Amino acid sequence: MIPLGNYLLVSAVLFGIGTAGVFMRRNLITVLLSIEIMLNAVNLTFVAFGRQIGTVDGQIIVAFVMTVAAAEAAVGLALVVALFRHRESLNPDGFTSLRW
Amino acid sequence: MLSLIPLLPFAGFLVNATLGRRLPKGVSGGVASLAMLASFAVAAAAVRRLAGLDPGAFAISETFYSWIASGDIAIDLAFRLDTLSAVMVLVITGIGSLIHVYSIAYMHEEPDAAFARYFSYLNLFAAFMLVLVLGSSFPVMFVGWEGVGLCSYLLIGFWFTKKSASDAGRKAFVVNRVGDYAFVLGMLLLLAHVGTLDFQAVARAVAPQAPETGFGALSIVTLLLFIGATGKSAQIPLHTWLPDAMEGPTPVSALIHATTMVTAGVYMIGRNAVLFSHTPDVLVIVAVVGAATALFAGTIGLVQTDIKRVLAYSTVSQLGYMFLAMGVGAFGAGIFHLYTHAFFKALLFLGSGAVIHALGGEQDIRRMGGLRRELPITYWTFVVGALAIAGVPGLAGFFSKDAILFETFARGHVVLWIVGALTSLLTAAYMFRLVFLTFHGTRLRQGSGEAASAAPRDVDAHAHGGGHARDHGGHLHDAPPAMALALLLLALGSVAAGYVGVPHALGGGNRLHSWLEPAFTASTATVADHETADDAADDHGGGHGADATRLELNLMGVSSALALFGIGMAAWFWLGRRDRAAAIAERAGPVYRLLLNKYYVDQIYDAAIVRPLVALSQVGLWRGLDVRLIDGAVNGVGTTVSAAATTLRRIQSGSVRTYAGFVLAGVILVLGYYPVIEPIVRSMASVFAWPMGR
Repeated sequence: MIPLGNYLLVSAVLFGIGTAGVFMRRNLITVLLSIEIMLNAVNLTFVAFGRQIGTVDGQIIVAFVMTVAAAEAAVGLALVVALFRHRESLNPDGFTSLRW
Repeated sequence: MLSLIPLLPFAGFLVNATLGRRLPKGVSGGVASLAMLASFAVAAAAVRRLAGLDPGAFAISETFYSWIASGDIAIDLAFRLDTLSAVMVLVITGIGSLIHVYSIAYMHEEPDAAFARYFSYLNLFAAFMLVLVLGSSFPVMFVGWEGVGLCSYLLIGFWFTKKSASDAGRKAFVVNRVGDYAFVLGMLLLLAHVGTLDFQAVARAVAPQAPETGFGALSIVTLLLFIGATGKSAQIPLHTWLPDAMEGPTPVSALIHATTMVTAGVYMIGRNAVLFSHTPDVLVIVAVVGAATALFAGTIGLVQTDIKRVLAYSTVSQLGYMFLAMGVGAFGAGIFHLYTHAFFKALLFLGSGAVIHALGGEQDIRRMGGLRRELPITYWTFVVGALAIAGVPGLAGFFSKDAILFETFARGHVVLWIVGALTSLLTAAYMFRLVFLTFHGTRLRQGSGEAASAAPRDVDAHAHGGGHARDHGGHLHDAPPAMALALLLLALGSVAAGYVGVPHALGGGNRLHSWLEPAFTASTATVADHETADDAADDHGGGHGADATRLELNLMGVSSALALFGIGMAAWFWLGRRDRAAAIAERAGPVYRLLLNKYYVDQIYDAAIVRPLVALSQVGLWRGLDVRLIDGAVNGVGTTVSAAATTLRRIQSGSVRTYAGFVLAGVILVLGYYPVIEPIVRSMASVFAWPMGR
């Protein structure tokens, strides 16, 4: 059996990749994709811990997270489309009008 | 039944206060007067019932509900009508009714709303005054005590658009505050010392004790209560508000500032006769203050030129007499004078009101004169009042003033008697100066209309600015029927009121005295221990020795002679040749100016108390404490928050990625605390031995 540590290591690497993507990419769609990667990194830890403890709780949570992620992706992409129509740009650093 | 006595005027107040401005004058004045008359009828019926009671239980008590119940303190809202409050209630409702009727005519030039306001205040005053005299304990009395103070303030400042009137109202209120503060302190100390505030219970608790010789707790209680009385009853040193209170309408001066409210202090001492009898030292203070005030105010009254101010100083002086009587332990005589004074002083005030009314607001007696022929009713009733207050034999003031002077002398206070007799001379002199200057001689005619406008400072000008004199082409009209009725009835009273207390020396029964006596003793206390309160009864009682009779007759002769001499003096100076008075004033210049300026008491108070207080308030409390400290703290909080917000709002950059960065940093901080920082803190805690809870 693959030990828990390996799962967690993979999960941490995935989370790091996702975080880096959120902070570094200049395209909103890629940022959304990075967030999905972070979510899935977390999902992986849930499942791994669930399996370790021997319950299905982790998998149930994952089902919820996936549902929410799907909804988030739908709303997020709709917003991205709307923003692009408005500004002809998808650079997240360009959208700073909601400020003092 | 007792509750109806104050509730009827209170109902009148409610009607006039709520509907008054929509009612015509006849209705609002009628409602107020009828409420008073009904209250008088109820009071008369109650007193009748009281008179029929068994002398052992000579009081009617009514308890309405338990008002304050806290620990051992139990204070009921209760009324008690005994012989003393019976006299007061009859005076208040009886003379009050007459003054209400008089006011209908006097105030008829006011607009409807002001007219109704006037009568609502007047009824409210009567209600509170009745609570004051009917209350069976200090707190209930205090409700009335403060209530009449409020109404006094409202009525002095009735013409509040005039600065002098609103100032006078404020002055009365503030000066009374000083006395009331002492009164409350006295009340609390009494509660702490005796454990009860019910008049009867206090008297019963105190009666078995020996009179306090040193200046102990009871003496402090009575002294504080007396200071309260000096405020309400305008005695030295708190007398300054009463002359200024003449800014109010004249019937108000007659009702509140001559006959009822200002006698509340005298009544309070009479109500607590047993208590005061047990503190002889304080009684001496009361007597000395009373005598000093009587003389002091009498001398001022001699030179004042405003008709109402002369009467005001006369009131202060007569109140001094009453306190003198109370102070020498002659409680019956003091209340007797209170009762007769109510008649003739109300008469004099209402008479002066009729003069002011006829002259269209003129109050300066130097511009009056010769009104005898034009205002016959006013003139004759005024003369009756003046004769009564001067103490001419046969009239009310003679009997009561004589009772006071006799009691003072008989109890060995010769110096106080001399002061009293001197004051009696002064009383006769200043009253007849007023009569002669107002009604005799000739009036300086500058055209009556001009006279009114030449005196813009004059007080009632507001009410009678139009001036009747001008309306009638220079012909003055005497008091209209409602006013004449009140004047005539009061004149009758000024003649007859004294006959309830004809002393034994003149073959009378002194019925008022024996009527009042039960009120000055602790009802169920053992008879042995209240000699002081009983002294009066002994002196006047069955064993009235021939010596005492001769003494009393002699003293009567002296004071009658003094009264007649005073009248003669007034006639010498002011009836025939007024230049004699002017010459005397010229020769005694400094004394004259001292008196004219009322011994500069107002100026001294202004310099010693008012100005420093105003300065302290403005510089210290207002600009210092309030503006700097309190406003500074409040504004400081505001500017701090505002400045912090100006800096911190820059964090809100609008960039989503920055926000995400903060979230990340937060997560790292929170998660990093446990593996990195907590072990450090824990090791430091062990070094410094802090107790770490876990």
